[in-house]
Amino acid sequence: MAHESTYKPSTGFERWLDARLPIPRLMYDQFGVFPMPRNVNYLWTFGAILMFLLATQIATGIVLAMHYQPTVDGAFNSIEKIMRDVNWGWLLRYAHAVGASMFFFAAFVHMFRGLYYGSYKAPREILWMLGVLILVLMIATAFMGYSLVWGQMSFWAVTVITNLFTSLDTLIPGLGTMLVEWIWGGFAVGEPTLNRLFALHYLFPFLIAGVVILHVWALHIPGSNNPTGVDIKTKSDTLPFHPYFTIKDGFAVLLFCILFGAFLFYAPNYLGHSDNYIPADPLVTPAHIVPEWYFLPFYAILRVIPDKLMGVLALFGAIVVLFLVPWLDTSRIRSVSYRPIFKWFFWLFVICCIALGYFGSQAPEGWKLLWGRICTIYYFAFFLIIMPVVGLIEKPRRLPGSITESVLGKPSASAVGGAA
Amino acid sequence: MANSDSSTDPISHDDDPSRRDVMMVAAGAFAAIGGAAILWPLLDQMNPDASTLSLATIEVDLAPVETGQAITVMWRGKPIFIRNRTAEEVEAAKEVKLDELPDKLARNANLADTAPATDENRGAADKEAWLVMIGICTHLGCIPQGQAVGSDKGEYGGWYCPCHGSAYDTAGRIRKGPAPENMYIPPYAFISDTKIKIG
Repeated sequence: MAHESTYKPSTGFERWLDARLPIPRLMYDQFGVFPMPRNVNYLWTFGAILMFLLATQIATGIVLAMHYQPTVDGAFNSIEKIMRDVNWGWLLRYAHAVGASMFFFAAFVHMFRGLYYGSYKAPREILWMLGVLILVLMIATAFMGYSLVWGQMSFWAVTVITNLFTSLDTLIPGLGTMLVEWIWGGFAVGEPTLNRLFALHYLFPFLIAGVVILHVWALHIPGSNNPTGVDIKTKSDTLPFHPYFTIKDGFAVLLFCILFGAFLFYAPNYLGHSDNYIPADPLVTPAHIVPEWYFLPFYAILRVIPDKLMGVLALFGAIVVLFLVPWLDTSRIRSVSYRPIFKWFFWLFVICCIALGYFGSQAPEGWKLLWGRICTIYYFAFFLIIMPVVGLIEKPRRLPGSITESVLGKPSASAVGGAA
Repeated sequence: MANSDSSTDPISHDDDPSRRDVMMVAAGAFAAIGGAAILWPLLDQMNPDASTLSLATIEVDLAPVETGQAITVMWRGKPIFIRNRTAEEVEAAKEVKLDELPDKLARNANLADTAPATDENRGAADKEAWLVMIGICTHLGCIPQGQAVGSDKGEYGGWYCPCHGSAYDTAGRIRKGPAPENMYIPPYAFISDTKIKIG
């Protein structure tokens, strides 16, 4: 909750600083005594994990840029030079590539957490929308970063994805072609394209960091949601952020690093595509162009639709619909744990997203095409039909009286007597 | 300050409020137009630059290309497919009726936009054996197979795009698959019996 400041500057220097740039007050109020719901589970540590991953990506990315050459002739070779010659280059580059996968994995967990516990509902709509905006920026950043390797998959991914814009030619002849040549800086994907993708790939993580600050700001006005979805009512519902959640988040980051390290040190190329170790060749298209795993569900939606323009619209629509979730969900109850009907639709949605990921990796033919289409329909129906309708007809289970009651199992004295 | 006092005083006779409004709107409008004008160079710099545009014309010698052979050259960073078609391939393309084609337009930069996709409108003028086109699948920009000897030419004997299964016939017209249009024919002309200029 946006709470009264309880910071007391204890030294002369702190009093001097507090009157000029009160950063110690900010840190103390927002990350020291900040009241967290005492019942949040480990899914609430993914925000901290994502912060850690963003910092990792920026740190490894900046040092990689010191060795990378954004030219058609130099790009692929400079990355091999990083892998073979640069001190610790193999570690930094693998950490950056695996880190991108970890980043998306953690972001997807974080988003499903938000969906399950209704963390997008009032008063957290802007918090949720800023999160979706971060996802959009992440997708753009990851796509541009992947292109920089300038292997076969990089080159043809850029070609195919930028060509999506030519579908606009069916609306206004020439518009799509004009737009795509503006993006390329030429008549095909080439050196100007690579150069600008590098410039933007360096910029976007800092845009993400900026939106993350807004995201945390928007979080600290209403405070964190919790597994019951019940608002904080008394002080006994909360624990201070430090040391309880600094320690818990730190522990979760360490656990996550085990997963990160397992991929980084034992299977650094497992999540990538071997074709990207072939230098880009503008005259030979690989037989199967597949994006990185984290884009597969969206790629599946693009491909199961037979019309080029409609496919592109569905691809963008799959993300735009996320912005509308706070208003599509009509239920008064936040947490899906207390929603007996919606619970089933939610888990079906999770399965649907994983299935779409599988279909995105396969050739769109036969039963896979059919089921890809069914999953695509369910993806949109979940948001546009199920969310509004189930919220209206469902009878939710009884909520606990307070967070404290949900933890201790009985109404506590302070919860009864405390001020709301 | 005397200055700010007079500007906020509603009954001051020195400052006519309507005159002040006009100046506010005018200043705001100029700032907006100026901002937009500054934006244009920032956007236009991304368009193809002078050196890219200067590479827009190439000449190709076709003398070594025997009947039934095909070559690929680069023009504006795009592959150009040039095939010296056999008589059977030309005949097969001519036999196709227009209403069998998903895209009924020739897509030939040397002809009118409305020219129908007959083989005459696809092949070179007066040299029907030669087919010159941009070798890019009109679906999502992959390079179709079918140029090299022994490569998969697809079920219509022309080109086959492995990305999403588009099949083109011996006149480079889309026959099957998700590609919406025939492969494009660039602006070109024969400058001698065995030489063409593309662009």
